[in-house]
Amino acid sequence: MRGNHVVGEAAIRAGCRYYFGYPITPQNEIPEYMSEKLPEAEGGVFIQAESEIASIHMVIGASMAGGRVMTSSSGPGISLKQEGISFLCALELPAVIVNMSRGGPGLGNIAPSQSDYFQATRGGGHGDYRTIVFGPNSCQELADLTYEGFNLADKYRTPVLILGDGMLGQMMEPVELPQEIPLKKLPAKDWALTGAKGRPSRFIRSLILDPIKEEEHNWKLMRKYEKIIREEVKWETYFADDAKMMVIAFGIAARIAKGAIKRLREEGVKVGLLRPITLWPFPFKAIKDFSKKVKHFFVFEMNMGQMVEDVKLGIEGNAEVHFYGRPGGVILTPLEIARVISSQYYQKRLG
Amino acid sequence: MKKIFSRPKSLKTTPFHYCPGCGHSIIHRLIGEVIDEMNLQEKIIGVPPAGCAVLAYNYFDIDMGEASHGRAAAVATGLKRAVPDRVVFTYQGDGDMAAIGTAESIHAAARGENITTIFVNNGVYGMTGGQMAPTTILGQNTTTSPRGRKEKVEGFPINLSEMLAIAPGSSYIERTAVNTPANILKTKKAIAKAFRLQIQGYGFTLVEVLSACPTNWKMDPLKASKWIDEVMASHFPLGVLKDTPGDKKDAH
Repeated sequence: MRGNHVVGEAAIRAGCRYYFGYPITPQNEIPEYMSEKLPEAEGGVFIQAESEIASIHMVIGASMAGGRVMTSSSGPGISLKQEGISFLCALELPAVIVNMSRGGPGLGNIAPSQSDYFQATRGGGHGDYRTIVFGPNSCQELADLTYEGFNLADKYRTPVLILGDGMLGQMMEPVELPQEIPLKKLPAKDWALTGAKGRPSRFIRSLILDPIKEEEHNWKLMRKYEKIIREEVKWETYFADDAKMMVIAFGIAARIAKGAIKRLREEGVKVGLLRPITLWPFPFKAIKDFSKKVKHFFVFEMNMGQMVEDVKLGIEGNAEVHFYGRPGGVILTPLEIARVISSQYYQKRLG
Repeated sequence: MKKIFSRPKSLKTTPFHYCPGCGHSIIHRLIGEVIDEMNLQEKIIGVPPAGCAVLAYNYFDIDMGEASHGRAAAVATGLKRAVPDRVVFTYQGDGDMAAIGTAESIHAAARGENITTIFVNNGVYGMTGGQMAPTTILGQNTTTSPRGRKEKVEGFPINLSEMLAIAPGSSYIERTAVNTPANILKTKKAIAKAFRLQIQGYGFTLVEVLSACPTNWKMDPLKASKWIDEVMASHFPLGVLKDTPGDKKDAH
């Protein structure tokens, strides 16, 4: 299945019945898939909105009513959705937002790039907030993380971002899809707006004029984010046990790096990989732990250097960090990145 | 003793924060009365805007969900599509509806979203201190058109309700006012009609209410009420702009 179709199917299987979006390449197969499938599902609604801004606010409305809801876009469109993402966080509403990112800034191009890392993990929206961010690296992970994204969004009442890229959205791989969850089995939402029948009326709002109360609301969000940091960090390693140099890469760049590391290992070069799967919460502790025994880190990103800042935060000055990036939508082959890693490895006299 | 007048039960006991002579409190009360009379308290969901009415959820004893500035029609679309058997309305000011939220408003009407919008037009941005609104009329002084709005400088005001009436998806649009007892009664009837048509599934309905903002107009409430009739209503004529179902018994 194609990556973008996988996202759509996994969402429907996770109980997503509402999708609101706006066309932008390279994610158009998601709205196309949803427009085909959602009307066939019970209560399913697909709307192609007039803008990204409108679509994210339709997401807010459907989420207020208690539905599982998704929107998707690519870089420039995600910029427009930031207002709504800030509101989703403030209003404590669950939603899944997919970014099949492209080269930027500005219109850039439609080639795969990882230049929206800052936007995804720092939030381009206003105010103090965090969003859970997944960085899948295969169609299988797109299925698993989209599905899990809906569960985490509901569990924490917070939006979950999936940061893919044009390559991941377009590539085709065999996928084992998750089991469809019956809507009746989804957890009840005792905060949803459904009309005040047989209960006191509810309101969902983010305006808190009293600074003391707004501070309380901020601390409440902070405690939630701290719980997410404790419980939801995900990463994986590859050839890490005896590595003298650790490559850190996420998403499709990590997939390419894996190929490079496999090749280098065959030549006896002792490099390993740490791949953050959650970009927020970031695996700071795992990286810090590695920095006690590995003194050379090689960060590879398809941008000018964004995640590398988090890697440095995790390492806390305990090891040397080398960054290699290719922005603009350029895709490296495993052979090319293997050459760069190997040159760095021998320069540092590790082998 | 028989009680003949009381607070609608769909309004909470919180006192309104609105200025003396402001139309919001009257419009809130009218919506409350209609909700009670149509027995909608348990099946209606409101979407308040940014602006003076942002605290509407403190006054209405119904489910309400806040929208950011201008996005009420999109939020209401998401809500209504998720719970189509509930009555969903937005409560928006002129800056919210006719400036920053123009796209959302036009497209909700174009799609024929089965929601109701209460569009409160007072010709200024009230909560931020009386700046020029898209509906500020030519010659009107505001804090950002201190020499009076001029068509060559600030451009013309926008008659959004007339524009929305062109959309095939809108079913009922009426402009009323809350400056005289007769106009207040007409406004109430219009709100009731809009909610009824929504329940019957006719699509987008809108009641634009010309409402006084004495504080920012720098007038006393009496003068502000007269100004609506004498000046504002000549730019924004009162009456039914569209009535596709054409239910004669509701016609004013």
